[in-house]
Amino acid sequence: MAVCIAVIAKENYPLYIRSVPTQNELKFHYTVHTSLDVVEEKISAVGKSLGDQRELYLGLLYPTEDYKVYGYVTNSKVKFVIVVDSSNTSLRDNEIRSMFRKLHNSFTDVMCNPFHNPGDTIQSKAFDGIVSGMMVQTG
Amino acid sequence: MDPESVVASAGAGGSFISLNEPEQRYYSGLHSLCQADASGTLSSSKVAELFKASQLPPESLHKVTELCGAKRLGYFGTPQFFVALKLLAAAQSGLPVHLESVTANLPLPRFVGLKNEPEMRYSAVPPSIDGQGAQCVSAPGSVCRTPADRSTFRHLEAKVEKKEPWSPPRSPSSSPPRSPLIYRGYPYTKKRNGADSQIAYESKHSSRPIVLLEQHSSPSNHGTRANADHLAMARASSSERLDQQGAVDYSDDDPWRITEEQLEYYTNQFKTLQPDLGALILGTIAKNFFTKSKLPIPELSHIWELSDVDRDGALTFPEFCTAFHLIVARKNGYPLPESLPPTLRPGVMQQEEDIPDTPESAEPLIVFEDAEPRPSQMDRSIIERLQPSLATTKQDLKEESCKQDVGVKRMTTSQEKRTLQFGGFPDRPEAPQDLDPHMRTKTRPRSHSSTSFEDTMKKAEEPPTPPPRPQKTHSRASSLDLNKLFQQGAPGIKSGWFPPPPALPPRPLTSQVSHFVNVSEKTVQQPNFADFSRFREEEESSVKPEEQGPCSRFGPSTEDLANASKQDGIGVCHSQPPQKPLRRKYHPESQNLETGPPPAMPFPTPTKSAQKLLSKQKREIQMAIRKNKETNAVLTRLNSELQQQLKVVHQERVTLESQLELLRPLAPT
Repeated sequence: MAVCIAVIAKENYPLYIRSVPTQNELKFHYTVHTSLDVVEEKISAVGKSLGDQRELYLGLLYPTEDYKVYGYVTNSKVKFVIVVDSSNTSLRDNEIRSMFRKLHNSFTDVMCNPFHNPGDTIQSKAFDGIVSGMMVQTG
Repeated sequence: MDPESVVASAGAGGSFISLNEPEQRYYSGLHSLCQADASGTLSSSKVAELFKASQLPPESLHKVTELCGAKRLGYFGTPQFFVALKLLAAAQSGLPVHLESVTANLPLPRFVGLKNEPEMRYSAVPPSIDGQGAQCVSAPGSVCRTPADRSTFRHLEAKVEKKEPWSPPRSPSSSPPRSPLIYRGYPYTKKRNGADSQIAYESKHSSRPIVLLEQHSSPSNHGTRANADHLAMARASSSERLDQQGAVDYSDDDPWRITEEQLEYYTNQFKTLQPDLGALILGTIAKNFFTKSKLPIPELSHIWELSDVDRDGALTFPEFCTAFHLIVARKNGYPLPESLPPTLRPGVMQQEEDIPDTPESAEPLIVFEDAEPRPSQMDRSIIERLQPSLATTKQDLKEESCKQDVGVKRMTTSQEKRTLQFGGFPDRPEAPQDLDPHMRTKTRPRSHSSTSFEDTMKKAEEPPTPPPRPQKTHSRASSLDLNKLFQQGAPGIKSGWFPPPPALPPRPLTSQVSHFVNVSEKTVQQPNFADFSRFREEEESSVKPEEQGPCSRFGPSTEDLANASKQDGIGVCHSQPPQKPLRRKYHPESQNLETGPPPAMPFPTPTKSAQKLLSKQKREIQMAIRKNKETNAVLTRLNSELQQQLKVVHQERVTLESQLELLRPLAPT
């Protein structure tokens, strides 16, 4: 169960960012922003060697004492970042992968919507629903 | 009617009666239903009918009449009417018939055969997109709103007066209590061609439930009308569509059901965007189209999400209808649902919404026996068409249907009916839910029937070319080739001679270029021409090369072969090998006019005349083809010559430039 989920556009501005404990949003925004550097590093490192076959799932970007940050980047350089609570040790890698997969699928659905202009913030209720389903259920 | 006076002078006691917005709508609808004339007095017979429909004991009715002041006045004026309605509501909810009761927040008065809950839900649901901006959106379920929104009421009143010929409710309804209405209303739906008011009156006369239903729906009409006007739809014929559709929005389920007229309208709109009903509308096209509705983009985006169920970025016809319907509903003031309502689903994904179906479909079982003959035929066709989706929906429904296999089939067929409604079959009855009982009885034997619709579709898609006809006479091993030739020739013929027989194309080339083209002729021909090409080679050696390549001559003859009727002649030809060279010579004479007359062909005309007759039809086309090819060849030659000239000029230029450069150093010196 994620604490914060963010979708970052290719130009590194957020298309969608949502965190559960809403009072600490700024902290999560900052975390996501710093994680982008790690993402960029991973992309550039892998991209040169493998070319197109870069793995979309980037795995644990970096852990802090409070939480862990996972990254996922699409072929169009749209990045998904999930922040989970460190205390939540039951989350396995596969679960994180499945979460990213779901995110990616609903993101493509949003993109397919002709009324959505790429580059706009994501305002799809379906996407919101998916994200809510993944978020921690605490207030 | 002065709404102020209505509200202010409510009732004989002068007590101020506050009406919620839904109540206002409802009452104004009922009011219009009772055929108020200019002075505002209501037809007493209608009022009496209405009162009877409320199923209250006559004493209560008398008391209501007395209290509201009609008795005193001798007639039902608008204020009296509204008070009476309020009193009826009070009486129905168990409160004593007294003026004080009306000040309480009451549910809407109930009339026979109609549940209160849908009305409640409906009245709670529509947000005030009234455009007046003064309304607060009523939270669903909260009927208790701020009292007496007079501006709305006034507006509604105005609407009532102005738009007397409002559209009657669409008979399709999923809620069971309306099923009798729906059934009886069914014949009336057919008559609706814009003469909505007529139908309203017709149905009024038909039966009371219909009257009541219309009464119930009329408030929604007025409400939606108001909304629609404010929203000022920019679409062509949007107003008539609203007229047609306003009545649909009647209960929580009804707004999401597409009526026949709506379906026709959607079909027409679909056709303007994409003439083929089975094809997809691309996302951009749909976007431009729906943007015309002037709904805000996020809402359109949401509508798209709801309607594009296969997530392909394009709309099929059912998806288009869903989207269109949602837009219309939204324009009429309905909030967008979070998930697709069951009635709008295309029939594939109907997992969550099955539960609401069961209670609704429970009651038609009782009511609907009469409707069997008419809808049954359609049911059968519907069921037959929807067999494929049965499998998918069955499992989903099994869990949720309260009945067993029967229920499952009923559900599937009912949902399939809904999907059909959506899928553009205009003959479908508008109340699929109500046909469940005899769906149940009739689907079982039919559940394994083939899908006739799909079969016809498949047949339409079959390639037009028939299997190759066997040659009657084959004189040699080349018979196989003839078959293949025939196959090639047949589609060519059927497609309008478009692919010329392989032997033909080289013909103009041979005339213009040289022998080697003959070689290419053979290469151009397909492998199964092997025998013939060899044969032609022999012929060529014997015949002058200028005589339009024997293979080309043979081409028409092979084409002749393609025609069954000519087989005999061809067979004759083939069976007479020694005549072939002569025949070929003859062919150019008859067919190759542009190449000049071949040497005289003294040879027997009878054999060739038969061929000539046979090939006459193809000659012109072949000639045209040859002409085109000749012009092509001419142009290519011209092109090549010009290219050569261009090269020459280039070279000259290069030399001149080099000379210039040589001269340059000399110039300054």
